[in-house]
Amino acid sequence: MNRYPLWVYVTIAVALVLGALYTLPNFFGEAPAVQVSPARATLKVDNAVLSRVEDALKKAGIAPTGIFLDLSSVKVRLADTDTQLKAKDFISQLLNPDSANPSYTVALNLLPNSPRWLAAVNALPMYLGLDLRGGVHFLLQVDMRAAIAKRAESLAGDVRSQLRDKNVRHVGITREGNSVVIRFREAETRDRARAVISEQLADLQLADAGAGSELSLIASIRPEAQKRTQEFALKQNIQTLHNRINELGVAEPVIQQQGADRVVVQLPGVQDTAKAKEILGRTATLEIRPVDHDNMNMGALAAAKAGQVPFGDEFYEERDGQPILVRKQVILTGDRLTDAQPGFDNQTQEPAVHLTLDATGARIFKEYTRENVGKRMAILLIEKGRGEVVTAPVIRTEIGGGRVQISGRMTTVEANDVALLLRAGSLAAPMEIIEERTVGPSLGAENIKKGFDSTLFGFAALSLFIVVYYSLFGVFSTLALCANLLFLIALLSMLQATLTLPGIAAIALTLGMAIDANVLINERVREELRNGITPQAAIHAGYERAFGTILDSNVTTLIAGLALLIFGSGPVRGFAVVHCLGILTSIFSSVVVSRSLVNLVYGSRRKLERVAIGNTSWK
Amino acid sequence: MEFFKIRHDIPFMRHALAFNVVSLLTFLAAVFFLATKGLNFSIEFTGGTVMEVSYEHAADVDRIRKTLDARGYNDYSVQNFGSSRDVLIRMPLKPGQNSSELSKAVMGALGADDSAAKLQRVEFVGPQVGRELAENGALALLVTSIGIVLYLALRFEWKFGVAAIIANLHDVVIILGCFAFFQWEFSLPVLAAVLAVLGYSVNESVVIADRIRENFRKMRKASVTEIIDNAITRTISRTIITHGCTQTMVTSMLVFGGPALHYFALALTIGILFGIYSSVLVMAPIVRWLGIQREDLVKPLKDKKQEAVV
Repeated sequence: MNRYPLWVYVTIAVALVLGALYTLPNFFGEAPAVQVSPARATLKVDNAVLSRVEDALKKAGIAPTGIFLDLSSVKVRLADTDTQLKAKDFISQLLNPDSANPSYTVALNLLPNSPRWLAAVNALPMYLGLDLRGGVHFLLQVDMRAAIAKRAESLAGDVRSQLRDKNVRHVGITREGNSVVIRFREAETRDRARAVISEQLADLQLADAGAGSELSLIASIRPEAQKRTQEFALKQNIQTLHNRINELGVAEPVIQQQGADRVVVQLPGVQDTAKAKEILGRTATLEIRPVDHDNMNMGALAAAKAGQVPFGDEFYEERDGQPILVRKQVILTGDRLTDAQPGFDNQTQEPAVHLTLDATGARIFKEYTRENVGKRMAILLIEKGRGEVVTAPVIRTEIGGGRVQISGRMTTVEANDVALLLRAGSLAAPMEIIEERTVGPSLGAENIKKGFDSTLFGFAALSLFIVVYYSLFGVFSTLALCANLLFLIALLSMLQATLTLPGIAAIALTLGMAIDANVLINERVREELRNGITPQAAIHAGYERAFGTILDSNVTTLIAGLALLIFGSGPVRGFAVVHCLGILTSIFSSVVVSRSLVNLVYGSRRKLERVAIGNTSWK
Repeated sequence: MEFFKIRHDIPFMRHALAFNVVSLLTFLAAVFFLATKGLNFSIEFTGGTVMEVSYEHAADVDRIRKTLDARGYNDYSVQNFGSSRDVLIRMPLKPGQNSSELSKAVMGALGADDSAAKLQRVEFVGPQVGRELAENGALALLVTSIGIVLYLALRFEWKFGVAAIIANLHDVVIILGCFAFFQWEFSLPVLAAVLAVLGYSVNESVVIADRIRENFRKMRKASVTEIIDNAITRTISRTIITHGCTQTMVTSMLVFGGPALHYFALALTIGILFGIYSSVLVMAPIVRWLGIQREDLVKPLKDKKQEAVV
């Protein structure tokens, strides 16, 4: 009655061996390492890079404990953190002769110390969350309204150039909210304009407005185009963040979309958090716009300064305090930028930033400069909704080839910063940090120790009590609980789930709750024994009767766990993942594993007089 | 070893009224403190900045306050955290202030005053995130409650579902009441603890409900009161041992887990202690008052089959 068929034992044995195998990597700890990955998409890390890294280390007299090439990077494992820093400097010097424009990202990292054969079967240690290993977590909110407004602005520009190309005479084009309003005198011109726009600009839907000689077309962005714009803005911002973080040199950054308009950035192991935040937080975009020459007179400028800005213009002050009126119409945005490098002006030797535009950008720029020789244009850096006119040069000649130089009273440092900011890519829409969590590395280590200690001591006290209270059955329960811990950690390692401090707390709590099942079983067996049933039958009845209860109570706990998983975020989610997995493993271990132990010890005995589950003879 | 050698059923139901008055009073007290004092929400919910700064020597809280005052900050709080060398600085959200740059500015000021100041941890939460977290927390509580009622209604009877959720939400309110009364910080991990307790305490109710159902099948002649008394008496040993075991783990967290897990463990402690009381002495009387009968749980058709087995 209390015997399991062989396959059950085999299954349990296999599960335990697998559990042990996948838990094992967590005991080896991590070694300091240097990771080399390409800084640009065009570069690849291959054997040539590997041998260059080896050379660099040989020259520096550093003996790595391991060096290998994986899909996207070369990883060098080192003995301690001092040699790690030294090795990083040497490798960086050799691979990046031009430090202003690095080809490879050389970053400090930690590599699991587990033997190669474990990694070969995908047995990796649990991934530690930022609260355990230290690092920065940012949640960034993308300003979608700004993205749509920007799209509307650029569509207004498109409408203007289309109508000009087709010689359709309008009275004015303005952007109002998310739509473009085009005014006409005659209905016939409006009809022509409607035909042109609906043919050329599919993203716009058109509606008529006005009457008599005050006619207008209201072109608004179609909902699907708005959605596309938002998705595109998010994607581009994520790409831009990737580029910026590459400049920081972080080993394993996490940059993920969260929800429709948010981006999570996690930089494990980053020590200089201020720098990280500065680079991430600087959400600059570049815009080139015409200067409003009609209103650049003393009176209009004075009025603008007092708040009377002419329609369609924006008022700025240049770096030297000169007032300037800039049209809202955008000629080019940072999207068209492919490169930006700091340098010096050829003639004046002033610090300058050299920009390279893509083909479309180059064409637009060439056309614009050809038609506007002698006029001024403003180059603006838009940061957090506020614009700054970097420079507003006079267009002396048509500028072709897509090479533009910005110079204007910048210091070398500023030129470097602006170039970095622009090179790292501009953002399609402004972003704002709405959540930040920074944990220093020493605090992380302390958290691991505290979490580990509380689990260990709690587990020890619990086991002691259970063994004393239920004697041999207590030993079975404790072993089942150990199996539970093993399965849980193996599962977390296999899934490469992120372990956080609340996650460790969840492990402890899950163990404390999992014992419930064994207490239920043991109490039930005792009760059956007291009722005078034979030991074998009591064991059988105890397990059978308790199972329904165990299942029910675990399902209710699981409901709470799942609700946390669905609605929780950040630390709560880490807790919920472990909690839910722990409930699943505990059902298996406390019922099947403990029963198999009981069966193994007692199941084969024909004449079982008594079982060691504590005293049940009182009545 | 055996703690509970109970030979006769304890007449729990005879004192049901007294127990319910006690729980009603605690519940009302908890609601009172929640209403008057309110919860001391952490910045995760309210938005704001928290910084943990460590010094090499004992931190001089007054001097830190002076430094911050000198920089024009107000409405902040500075307190020791964990040890005398660590301080926690909390700053609320302010319109117009660039909160994401705040920690840098504050650290600049503290570093200029004492170069040993080391930033251990920063948390900044914007206003929109805080509101969302509060909403999601409430939603999680709601979904958990509905899920548990539905499951228990399906497995047992709606009366058990309703009774169990009343008993356990009563625990939740009491935990929240304690947090309001002592003005302990209510953070996200505490919320997780509250929900975990909700799921865990329902275990008790499930165990007892299971026993009540079984007793309805076995004890044909017994009255409802006798059946409930017997069910509670037979499971009381398991209830206390299990809670004791879980509490052992939680106590270990309370002692060794450090400040990061302190309130989490505290919420669990209150929840576990009240969980024993409420699921035994609140849930069972409610089930009786909702008018549980043999016919609710034992389907006449299945009766014969069950008899054959038992």
